[in-house]
Amino acid sequence: MSADALGEPMLPVPYRVTARREESRDCVTLRLEPCDVALPPFAAGQFTMLCRPGIGEIAVSVSGDPSARDGSLTHTIRDVGAVSRALCRAQPGAVIGARGPYGTSWGLDTAVARDLVIVAGGVGLAPVRPILLGALAARDAYRRIMLVAGARSPAELLFREQLGEWATLPGVSVGLTIDQPAADWDGAVGFVTEPLARLTLEPRQTVAFVCGPEPMIRFSASVLLGKGVAAGDIRVSLERNMKCGVGLCGHCQLGPLLVCRDGPVVDYARAQSLLDVREL
Amino acid sequence: MSSPEQLGGFPVFDRLTVAQRALVAEVAREVTFTAGTRLFDEGQPASGCWLIRAGQVALETAVPGRGQVVVHTLGQGDVLGWSWLVPPHRWHFSATATGAVRAVQLETTRLLVLADADPALGYPLALGFFEILLGRLQSTRSRLLDLYGSPRER
Repeated sequence: MSADALGEPMLPVPYRVTARREESRDCVTLRLEPCDVALPPFAAGQFTMLCRPGIGEIAVSVSGDPSARDGSLTHTIRDVGAVSRALCRAQPGAVIGARGPYGTSWGLDTAVARDLVIVAGGVGLAPVRPILLGALAARDAYRRIMLVAGARSPAELLFREQLGEWATLPGVSVGLTIDQPAADWDGAVGFVTEPLARLTLEPRQTVAFVCGPEPMIRFSASVLLGKGVAAGDIRVSLERNMKCGVGLCGHCQLGPLLVCRDGPVVDYARAQSLLDVREL
Repeated sequence: MSSPEQLGGFPVFDRLTVAQRALVAEVAREVTFTAGTRLFDEGQPASGCWLIRAGQVALETAVPGRGQVVVHTLGQGDVLGWSWLVPPHRWHFSATATGAVRAVQLETTRLLVLADADPALGYPLALGFFEILLGRLQSTRSRLLDLYGSPRER
């Protein structure tokens, strides 16, 4: 039974780090297994609140396979502050706290029999990874899977080996691009909207999932709208400073939304007007 | 000579009538390049424009201490080469095929004559090029934002 089910939604449960992988100079993927009780299964797009006792707690999207029902959690964390640094430094054997999963999902089950266009920028690749893993686990349920991912440099591309594997799968295309030229890179150089614009889409058959910095979301959504994809079929993952994770504290308010509860995944028909407001 | 249908996949010609596309097709031809082929060199007189059907072309420049630095790549559906349009008609960057490339090459000297002679062709053609140029500019501006940098670096 989870802490949430016990009526303690703010109480983290202990998870042990069982694997740690350095994705880039400041990103680490941790695999966590419950020390005792497991949190409920997560859906692609949801997040958990992770804490290191005595340091603090932050919201982190799940980056693992949603079809794995073994109670484990996989999170990819970027070292950007005190808590994320402490989490990134957690070694196998360390115990950290987790509560959740929280928030809305990518709604992969509502995209059955359609083309999936997945657009990611920078560490935004981590929250969309469960879409790919989930769709590949039920491959026959979906049509084409098109991933477009941008990063600042080749060294900052997450999941490099897996990206290469996905690119070889039938019906799956992977378009990678980097913003800054690099000597060890013979792939595309340009913004993520460029490979996105090159995709040939059937707009009515397409569901798009976009995750990354907010301007990148807006620019990418603009390309998708220009290709005829309906705003309601463009799903974006919003990021705000979440504290409670359960819609109580209001830290993550975005206009009428509490992103921890009403997001992080919101369709663009709803998100567009909110993202057009400066500093909302 | 290419066919008007072969130009159909390129939005730069969306504003042209069928007859105008046929005119442009007369100055177009299919070309292929092997990996490593230099399409043009920085500083040289600019002539030619390529509509990329397949493959990738790198725009690059020489930077002392770093060698040839790729500033941008173009792929399927992209249009390569603007400098023939405006003075001083010299290439600002060099272009190299990074793999096998198939493209439609426009003979720009003849295309300019056609466009100058008939503004009803030249204007929509210029708008088509401008639209693509604007997209390229927006993309470059987006990269300038360095959106994926760590908050620790700001």
